[in-house]
Amino acid sequence: MYEFDYQKAASLDDAAKFLAAHDDAKLVAGGMTLIPTLKQRLAKPSDLVDLASIGSLKGIAEEAGGVTIGAMTRHVEVQRSDIVRRVIPALAALAGMIGDPAVRNRGTIGGSIANNDPAADYPAAVVGLGATVVTTKREISGDSFFTGMFETALGQDEIVTTVKFPKPQAAAYQKFKNPASRYAIVGVFVARTGQGVRVAVTGAGPCVFRVPEMEAALARSFSADAIKDIAIPDDGLNSDIHASAEYRAHLVGVMARRAVAACA
Amino acid sequence: MQKTVSLTVNGKPVSATVEGRTLLVQLLRETLGLTGTHVGCDTSQCGACVVHVDGEAVKSCTLLALQAEGRSVKTIEDVADGDTLHPMQEAFRDNHALQCGFCTPGMIMSALDLVKNNPDPTDREIREYLEGNFCRCTGYHNIVLAIKAGAAAMRGAPVEPHGAAAE
Repeated sequence: MYEFDYQKAASLDDAAKFLAAHDDAKLVAGGMTLIPTLKQRLAKPSDLVDLASIGSLKGIAEEAGGVTIGAMTRHVEVQRSDIVRRVIPALAALAGMIGDPAVRNRGTIGGSIANNDPAADYPAAVVGLGATVVTTKREISGDSFFTGMFETALGQDEIVTTVKFPKPQAAAYQKFKNPASRYAIVGVFVARTGQGVRVAVTGAGPCVFRVPEMEAALARSFSADAIKDIAIPDDGLNSDIHASAEYRAHLVGVMARRAVAACA
Repeated sequence: MQKTVSLTVNGKPVSATVEGRTLLVQLLRETLGLTGTHVGCDTSQCGACVVHVDGEAVKSCTLLALQAEGRSVKTIEDVADGDTLHPMQEAFRDNHALQCGFCTPGMIMSALDLVKNNPDPTDREIREYLEGNFCRCTGYHNIVLAIKAGAAAMRGAPVEPHGAAAE
């Protein structure tokens, strides 16, 4: 790792002020992606600002018929939460599929979405459920939060505070895991909601994306059969030692059909 | 910039001067000499570095020492009671659950984390819980047997004759 200074933020306001004054400072939440990134010298922040002491960023509440999750809430807490398991069981299941137990004991939802790794799981849930990301400055719809590989709509001194998930009628997440890291080679989140069907794909492309053709077909008939003939073009999909773009395109269809079947 | 970190390690208060980038595992191994915690992959995947922080398993190669400020860290060195092995350690020995032993400290720390929440885990639950702990010698068969036996011993259940000897 390159050298950096470690700062512990006492409050959200402190953290935001520090970020505003230091262009090369970065926030650290659980650090489960950031610290490995730093070890590979892929980033060189001047400072890491730790959000761990800010209690208001932690917790899970049932609100407006859905679930609101604080940004510093860890995956293990979402996985085991009675509220999440009752209201949106697919979200609890997704949290339980992230990394491994030791990673889930540290990693947070806010860190995951703010980092927007192309293979992270939570972006699929945020987009798939049509969630709203609440920050220190505004509310951002899940659809416009993720803007590109490791890129989000967040400004330099803007901090995610909570994520609000509406309750779907039915939802499921299926992923084809990298056997070593457990990151999604392809993960598909399918949700049937009052406003229609949403299909969100992670791992396959540079950034989470929806599949409108599948959503329309599932709105007409919510069955795995309804999407079996929809081919995903492999243009622009990720290709690496784990899977080619063609294979990922194929897996999107397979995982989508499994997710639809799991919704039943 | 160097900073002072104060924490509890294996029940004792510890203070040390560290850099921002010093990892918890470096503090444990290099400053405190607790070399039972291993570094295998250094990419957060292998689990040889698993320790407990405030009673929960974490990868000490992926935690800054300063993130452990004020917390209580437990390493493999604090699992046995003096010369008496912990039942989970004893079970690893009885079941021949190691060859080179490099992964064993992390395996035992993860096993204890599992058993804390799930005192009677099934084979499948054990295997799933070990997703972040890699063994490259024995395969996982005897490790799973050991964790079952260790969990049984910890909850005071009769320990079944171990499978390793029968095979």
